Amino acid sequence: MAPLLAMKDIRKSFLGVEVLHGVSLECEAGEIHAVMGENGAGKSTLMKVLAGVYSPDGGTIELEGEQVSFSHPVQAQGAGVAIIFQEFNLLPDRTVAENVFVNREPTKRGLVDIRAMEQHTRELLEEVGVTHFGPRTLVRHLSTAQQQIVEIVKALSLDAKLLVLDEPTAALAEHEVEVLFTLLRRLRERGLGMVYISHRLREIFTICDKITVLKDGELVGTVPTEGTDTNTLISMMVGRELDGYFPPRGTAEELGDVRLRATGIETSMLTGVDIEVRAGEIVGLAGLQGSGRTELARALFGADPISAGTIEVDGKKRGRGPRAGIGSGMCFITEDRKLEGLTLAQPIRDNVLLAVRSLGRSQRKRLPNTVSVQELARSVELKARSLEQEARFLSGGNQQKVVLAKWLATQPGVLIFDEPTRGVDVGAKAGIHDLMRGLARDGVAILMISSEMPELIGLADRILVMRNGELAGELPAGAAETEIMKLAAAEDHELEAA
Amino acid sequence: MSVSEPTKAAGTGGGDAPTTPRRRSAWDDRKEAITNSPATPVYAALLGVFIIAWIVVTIDGGTFLTVSNIVNMLQRSVALGIVSAGQTVAILAGSLDLSVAFLISLSSLVTAEVMDGSDANIVPAVLAVLALGVVVGLGNGLIITKLRVNAFIATLGTALILQGLIQNRYDGPAGSIGDGFEQLGYTRFGIIPASVFLLVAVVALVYFLLRWTRFGFRLYAVGGDEEVSRLSGVRTHRVIIAAHVVCSVCAAITGLFLASRLGAGTPTVGTDGGYDLESIAAVVLGGTALAGGRGGVLGTIGGVFILAVLDNTFNQLEVNAFLKDVVRGVIIIAAVAVYARRSERRA
Repeated sequence: MAPLLAMKDIRKSFLGVEVLHGVSLECEAGEIHAVMGENGAGKSTLMKVLAGVYSPDGGTIELEGEQVSFSHPVQAQGAGVAIIFQEFNLLPDRTVAENVFVNREPTKRGLVDIRAMEQHTRELLEEVGVTHFGPRTLVRHLSTAQQQIVEIVKALSLDAKLLVLDEPTAALAEHEVEVLFTLLRRLRERGLGMVYISHRLREIFTICDKITVLKDGELVGTVPTEGTDTNTLISMMVGRELDGYFPPRGTAEELGDVRLRATGIETSMLTGVDIEVRAGEIVGLAGLQGSGRTELARALFGADPISAGTIEVDGKKRGRGPRAGIGSGMCFITEDRKLEGLTLAQPIRDNVLLAVRSLGRSQRKRLPNTVSVQELARSVELKARSLEQEARFLSGGNQQKVVLAKWLATQPGVLIFDEPTRGVDVGAKAGIHDLMRGLARDGVAILMISSEMPELIGLADRILVMRNGELAGELPAGAAETEIMKLAAAEDHELEAA
Repeated sequence: MSVSEPTKAAGTGGGDAPTTPRRRSAWDDRKEAITNSPATPVYAALLGVFIIAWIVVTIDGGTFLTVSNIVNMLQRSVALGIVSAGQTVAILAGSLDLSVAFLISLSSLVTAEVMDGSDANIVPAVLAVLALGVVVGLGNGLIITKLRVNAFIATLGTALILQGLIQNRYDGPAGSIGDGFEQLGYTRFGIIPASVFLLVAVVALVYFLLRWTRFGFRLYAVGGDEEVSRLSGVRTHRVIIAAHVVCSVCAAITGLFLASRLGAGTPTVGTDGGYDLESIAAVVLGGTALAGGRGGVLGTIGGVFILAVLDNTFNQLEVNAFLKDVVRGVIIIAAVAVYARRSERRA
C-alpha cells in the first residue's frame, strides 16, 4: 500500500537561491516521524511546501498514493494535512469554538449555528480529555499548553490524516510534554500519521518511530529510532562528532563576589523570593510553566514592578525600570526574541546598538571600552549577509545571536537568560553554552531559566527550583532530573509523605 | 481517554474553577460572556455619566430625566449612531474609514438632487445613494487590499477625492426633498421619532451581521489576526472589502437621513458634524479595539449615547463650546485608558 505521505525530490528556490535540493520524505499512517536538522536545514521550508504556503519548484507530493498539489493552506487542510506551527494560529480574542471552526462555521438556514459549533467542540475537547476549559473560553485565557490542545482539536475537527507538529514542546514544561505525548500516542493508535519537527533528541527518542535528518537543504537519511543513538544523529546533522556536549563547569576559585542580590521579592505572582548570584557562576532556575520563573526574571530586570523587596547589583540598590537595570549592568535575554528581543524590521546593526543607545552619558561611563558591532557579531559567530540585513530575515539561531550581541554591547555584569537555546539547533546550542561559560569566567553572574533538563543539569553550577511563585529549593550542580522534578512538581502533601 | 491536565489554567480567567473538573454550567458560560464582553464597561460608564448629568442638570435648574429630553437625546444620536455602526464594522476588520464625513455630504446632495422635491423619486434616490455607498466602500476596500495602501491613508485619499468632487459642483445647499421623505426626519410614532426606528433597524442589522453570519465571524477573525485568518482559509480581502462596503453604506444612509432633516442636500453637513473622527471616537468609546477583532456594535451605541448625554448636558448648562470639547477629549482618553487596563489585567 502506498504510504500516507510521500514527498519526492522536492526543490524550492527563493530569489534564485535553491534552499531545498531535492528532499524526499515518507510518513506512514500510525507513525510519528521526526524531522531534524540545524536551523536553516530546510525543515520549515519543506513543511511550508507540504502545507501549500509555498509551491515547490520541483518534485511531487503524494497523499495515499495520489499526487496532490496545494496552492493554499486550506487546500492542504481539505486533503487532511494539518500543520501546527510553532507560533499558534489562534485568535486570542475569540472563543475556543470560534477558533476551531474559523472559516468553517456550521450554518443552519443561512445563519451560523453557534450551538452546533459549541457542541461539536465540546465533544472533541472531551475526547482528548480536557475538562479545564470549555468551548466558550476565550483563547487568551488559556496557557500555551492548552492553546496547543486547541490547535490539535482544530486539526481533529478537520478530519486530519496527517498532523505536522513544528517544535511542539518548545514552549511546554516537562509535565505538559507528558500530557502532549499521551495525546500524540493516542492519535497514533487512531491511525494518524504525524511529522514531528524538533531539536530535542530525548523527546524524539521517546515518541518517534522514524527519524529523517536534513542538512543544508538536502536529505541526509531516514533511520528507524530503534537502533539509532544520539551521537549518530548529531553527527548526521552537523557532520561532525560533538564530544563534550557542555563546557566544563566553573571551579570554586572562579567564584567572585555577589553581583546580584535580591531579598523578599514580592509581586502578584511571586512571594518572598531571595536570590543571590555570584560573579563567575551560572545559576539555573528550574520550574514548571507558570511557576514564576519568567516573572522572577522580569521583576529582577525591572520589566515588571515589585511590590516589596530589594534588588542590589554589585552591592548597590538598583533603580526602577529596565533602563535603570541596564544602567547598573544587568541584561535580560527574553524567552520570546521576536516579540521582546528584536525590532524585526530594523537592520542587525541597529538591533545590536539598541540597548547601548538607551544608556545615558553617565551610565555609559561604566563601560570600560567600546566594542564595534563587527567585533560583537564576530564574537557571537553571527552568520548574516551584512550588518544592514533586517533582523526578520535571519534564522532563529542567528536572531538569538543578535539579541546576545545587543546585550554584550552593554558589557553586563549580570546576565539573565530566559530559555537560552529555545528553538536553536544543536550546533548553535553548544556555541551559546560555550559563550555563557566564557562570560562567567570573565566574571559575569548568570541566571539561566531553562525548561530543558539536560541544559540545567549540564551547564548550571547550582539549580534553584521554583514552585507557585516561591523558591522551592536549591540543588547542587549535576543534580538528578528526578530531584528537580520532585521539587518543581510536588504538591505539599506529597512532600510531607516523602 | 485519559489525558489529564494537572495544571491550573494560567491567568485569572473568570469562571474557570480548576478545583472542580465538572462540566461547566450554562450559567458559568453566560457569566463569562458578560464579564468578557467589551460592551459591559461601556454601559457602566454610560450609567455613570447619565447619573452625573442628571444630578448636575437638576441642580442647575434644568430638566434632564423627562421623556421629551430623553427622546431629544435619542433623536440627536441617530446620525452619529448610524455612521458609527458602520465605522464599527470597518474598525473590527482592523481597518478604519476617514472618508465617511464627505460621503455623508455627497449622499445628502445625491438624495436631494435625484429626488428634486418630488416624493415620486424616493425609490430612485434611495437606490442611487445606496449604490454610491457601495461604490465608495468597494473603492476603499479595493485600495486597501489590492493596492496595499494603509487604511488611514487610503480613506484619507478617498475623503479628499470626495471633497474635490463636492466642491467642484456645489457651493451651497442644492436639490430638495419631497414632503413625504421629510417625514423620516420629523414624524413621530407616539413619542418615538421615526428616525430612532431607522437607527434601531441599522444597529439591529449590523448586530445580526456580526453575531449570526459567517461574515461576522470572519470579520472578527481577520481583525484579530489577518495572517492567522488567511492560513485558516479566510479570504481576508473579501472580508475587508465587505466591511468597507457596510461602513460606506451606513454613511450613505446617514446622508439620506440628514437630507430629510434639512430638506435639501448640503455640501458641508458631514464635515460640520465631524462624523469622521466623531464616529471613530464613538466606536473606541464603545470598547472596540482600534486594532480590530474585539468589540461590537452594542458598545458603539453605548459610546454614541455617552456623547449624546454629554452634549445635552453641556447645552443645558450653556457651557462654552471649547470647554465642552476639552471635557469630551478627557472622557474619551480616560475611557480608553480604563479599557486598556481591563484587557491587560485579563490577558
